[in-house]
Amino acid sequence: MNRIKQLFESKKNILSIYYTAGYPNIGDTIQIAEALEQSGADMLEIGFPYSDPVADGPVIQASSKQSLDQGMTLKLLFEQLKDLRKNVTIPVLLMGYVNPVLQFGVENFCKACAEVGVDGCIVPDLPMVEYEEFYKGCFEEHNLSNVFLITPQTAEERIHKIDGLTNGFIYLLSSSATTGKNLEVGDTTETYFSRIKNMHLKNPTMIGFGISDRKTFDKACSFANGAIIGTAFVKAIADGNLKESVSNFMKAFKD
Amino acid sequence: MKYKVNEKGYYGDFGGAYIPEMLYPNVEELRQNYLKIINDADFQKEFHQLLKDYVGRPSPLYLAKRLSERYGANIFLKREDLNHTGAHKINNTIGQILLAEKLGKKRIIAETGAGQHGVATATVCALRNLECVIYMGEVDIERQAPNVARMKMLGAKVVPASSGSKTLKDATNEAMRDWINNPVDTHYIIGSVVGPHPYPDMVAIFQSIISEETKKQLLAQTGSDQPDYVLACVGGGSNAMGMFYHFMDDENVKLVAVEAAGKGVSSGFSAATTYLGKEGVLHGSRSILMQTPDGQVVEPHSVSAGLDYPGIGPQHAHLFKTGRGQYVSITDEESLDAGLLLTQLEGIIPAIESAHALAYLEKMEFKTGENVVVCLSGRGDKDLDTYIKYFKL
Repeated sequence: MNRIKQLFESKKNILSIYYTAGYPNIGDTIQIAEALEQSGADMLEIGFPYSDPVADGPVIQASSKQSLDQGMTLKLLFEQLKDLRKNVTIPVLLMGYVNPVLQFGVENFCKACAEVGVDGCIVPDLPMVEYEEFYKGCFEEHNLSNVFLITPQTAEERIHKIDGLTNGFIYLLSSSATTGKNLEVGDTTETYFSRIKNMHLKNPTMIGFGISDRKTFDKACSFANGAIIGTAFVKAIADGNLKESVSNFMKAFKD
Repeated sequence: MKYKVNEKGYYGDFGGAYIPEMLYPNVEELRQNYLKIINDADFQKEFHQLLKDYVGRPSPLYLAKRLSERYGANIFLKREDLNHTGAHKINNTIGQILLAEKLGKKRIIAETGAGQHGVATATVCALRNLECVIYMGEVDIERQAPNVARMKMLGAKVVPASSGSKTLKDATNEAMRDWINNPVDTHYIIGSVVGPHPYPDMVAIFQSIISEETKKQLLAQTGSDQPDYVLACVGGGSNAMGMFYHFMDDENVKLVAVEAAGKGVSSGFSAATTYLGKEGVLHGSRSILMQTPDGQVVEPHSVSAGLDYPGIGPQHAHLFKTGRGQYVSITDEESLDAGLLLTQLEGIIPAIESAHALAYLEKMEFKTGENVVVCLSGRGDKDLDTYIKYFKL
């Protein structure tokens, strides 16, 4: 059983939400997951923070720093996630940079993911060759999907290689950018999205980076199986009542 | 050649290219082309012409008599401080700007700590008429004001990095983010032997002119091209790699790399990476870095902005792990004292970075007649404020 696979087989226009673990408060991780599922999110990406997040823009950088300052570690995150599957049934991925995983130990990391019910990972700075050689066996043993990113500059041959290596979905970046840039779907982006769609990859695709509201979400869904919202959501829960912030943000995506 | 990079981009356990997909096309373009471009005869001709006529190479190998008397050995100083712009950094920026032109790039970005690499980058951008953006930590902008002014005069835009420790590490993060957002027209001139493959190798090749010249100069001055010791300071490690490069396979030449201990290796305010660090990934390569048990990068400290970096290049990590290089450290105070000593014995005011290498001479024991080369990587003009405050001049 793989929750990611089931989701893509049963649903279109999938909405995945990214948020940083331990933000705005260190103990909010599970509460946000539950609130998101209740308000209709289809999938979750929980970010484990890193001190030097080079692929991220200012908003996710700041949330990562606040979370780290409040004491977040991978060890603590896995403790928090012990009760994840009590009330959360949708697929959950962990997203973060490779160095904390290396220090935790790849084997330990995969084992801990499986124990708490995490379904996959996104580690943007883990190179494909390293994954293939040193990580893939362990990920598969623990039934974890590893999600790769592609950009408008990724060559076709490489996209096929990525498609062969992964078994969850492919993360389509709307443009080569750090997180938090607005999606401007111009002719070149549309050409790129259509090009990918016409490659008929074996894995489903999700569009991310620059998706911030209903309009950009719907646009993305016309080219892919769904879309991922990160920065806009992290901004929306910065202050105020957490449950209300989550449900207000998600209202726009109800049909 | 056992210490050089292999075809996968590794030095033993270290190196590789740990980069997000957004950077893959840029880095791959470099990887496929850098050796072809560098080894091209026309490129070599133009590179060496500029090093000679513009930078002022070869830099002298100076036998420092009074320093030699003090330590009871022949102390030679490789005078990178006499290069145009005042440090070894220009060797690399000349090479990379020519390479960027060959790749058709229109815009140059760089990170800088002490400002030496920023100045060297802004200089070559002015020379070749290319747009230039320099990322510099807010803290460094304050403590290296003269270099900030120089970069601005040269036409560069200096962008403050205000995240994290607001020093070199954060400037590097910001430069990488810029590159992610401008993947097609921009070349990132990394200033040290760090970053994803092929940067550590490419920067080492451009800096290897230091040891290439040293060998010839030593042969002429001593009758042998192999000294007993070679010393250099290490932040990311570019002057050290340039100084070690052609000596790495001469196993009887002892390589000594001097890191910044800051206020002491156990003080919590240090940049002594091999002493305090563990293996991990930073800025695109697997190396040794200062980090918490959870894998978060620790903010370093050194009085010298150029050594204020929590990692070292992957090739250094390999030299350290294999024992080929000896990695030691020198405190802020020891380095400042060594800077004053060189000034008063030889009439040369060194950069505080280079003063770290000089300070280690105090801790070594030499046999009479031994030949020692110290890389004097930069001059101390930019550090006058720090010297003035410390010595109450």
